[in-house]
Amino acid sequence: MENKIQSFLQALGKPLVVFFMRLGNLTMFIGQSLYHCITPPFYFKLLGRQFLDIGFYSLPVVGLTTVFAGMVIALQSYTGFARFGAESAVASVVLISVTRELAPVLSGLMVAGRIGAAMAAEIGTMRVTEQIDALRTLSTNPFKYLVAPRIIAGIIVLPLLVFIGDVIGIFGGYVIGVYKLGFNPANYINSTLQNMETLDIVSGLVKAAVFGFIITLMGCYNGYRSRGGAQGVGEATTNAVVSASILILIFNYIITELFFAN
Amino acid sequence: MSETKIKITGLRKAFGKKVVLNGVDLDVEKGESLVVIGGSGTGKSVLIKCIQGLLQPDGGSIQIDGEETVGVNEREQNRLHSKMGMLFQGGALFDSLRVWENVAFGLIENQKMPRKEARTEAVRVLRQVGLAPDVADLYPSELSGGMQKRVSLARAIATKPEIIFFDEPTTGLDPIMADVINDLIIESVKGLGATALTITHDMASARKIADRIAMLYQGKIIWQGTVKELDKTENEYVRQFINGSSQGPIKVEI
Repeated sequence: MENKIQSFLQALGKPLVVFFMRLGNLTMFIGQSLYHCITPPFYFKLLGRQFLDIGFYSLPVVGLTTVFAGMVIALQSYTGFARFGAESAVASVVLISVTRELAPVLSGLMVAGRIGAAMAAEIGTMRVTEQIDALRTLSTNPFKYLVAPRIIAGIIVLPLLVFIGDVIGIFGGYVIGVYKLGFNPANYINSTLQNMETLDIVSGLVKAAVFGFIITLMGCYNGYRSRGGAQGVGEATTNAVVSASILILIFNYIITELFFAN
Repeated sequence: MSETKIKITGLRKAFGKKVVLNGVDLDVEKGESLVVIGGSGTGKSVLIKCIQGLLQPDGGSIQIDGEETVGVNEREQNRLHSKMGMLFQGGALFDSLRVWENVAFGLIENQKMPRKEARTEAVRVLRQVGLAPDVADLYPSELSGGMQKRVSLARAIATKPEIIFFDEPTTGLDPIMADVINDLIIESVKGLGATALTITHDMASARKIADRIAMLYQGKIIWQGTVKELDKTENEYVRQFINGSSQGPIKVEI
């Protein structure tokens, strides 16, 4: 009996130790990353490149995702609300769901796939080909040179992307509302503007900033810790995208709760 | 008596249960070229990574110019790194940067040299390792293996370091190119008056560039001496290694 308990505890203990080791590693990684984000020297040229990579080149993806999200919400809410005779609420439903949820979450997930994977692959390859060691032997801190520009860019760029996504998503709803469902354009716009509240948009942008941090952090962390050649880099890439996506969904709930559940 | 540049005593490093370095004692004199030989997976790379502070040793001491380097903070570490240059086994060139930016990296980032000046200097060093100036604007992926080694060597010596590490400098090159790299290593080390620490299992290369040779086996330095002494040694481990025989006291785990 005693032996059984012992082996049970052992079986439980090992994953637990590994879990806390990982958690500790991640915490230290976050600490170091943030420290190097706020202390000079800053690499503005590298920051610029990240703005372009994360922001500008993600525009088509974010635009497409949000325009269709806005369109489908308009259509769904119209047909769904017809049961209660509440079709007139379409404009405000589109507004609220796009700004609070759809634009930040969908953009976050899309950018996680696009950017998180690319970052993990790039930094992972640099790790396994000893380029990160080479940086250090040239007296350059890899956190400062590789991680900080990506995280700073992620935190700043994602809200901008999501703001653009808000506009495009609402426009998508408008197009369906006016051209398919037969709303009067002026009424639709009026109803959108009247129901617009700062908190809806701000909460979405705060989410975006947090998601930007999560995506870039997971990309850098998994890349930085990758081991063992091409296979290791592949694993890092997968882990970066999966962990970022899950964390986005978890933090989406937490932030919503903080903002709206009084 | 010349002074000791690097003094290693009782250096230990293990990864999990696998003990890689088990009490390494090794001195490198100023201005000498020491080559550490040893089989694959005997911890040669771990040894130089510990000396450079890229890996944290579990125990022991490493002194450079009489200063302890184990467990120093990041600023100290950076100051130490500015004394060192390293030629990585795979080159480890930054593939997002052009050749000249690679060579000038330490000059720009560490010595804060203006870019224009750094470029001129990079082209000069590239010529020194036998590369034409038009290579400077290419990316590393556009170069052959031998050329990448040369660029990597140029990057290692561009900052005029006091200590240069060479990690398997001739691995993956044909014998002629390997000899060219050996000559370049000798030239650049002598030219700078630097101290060189090389790890390799290429005996031809070791004989050529070494003032002194040390052999690492099972986490310890089991033999050291000059190239002349190497040929006369009675040490069976060393004899087996330099003769490249599968028969002898060193058992290869398959």
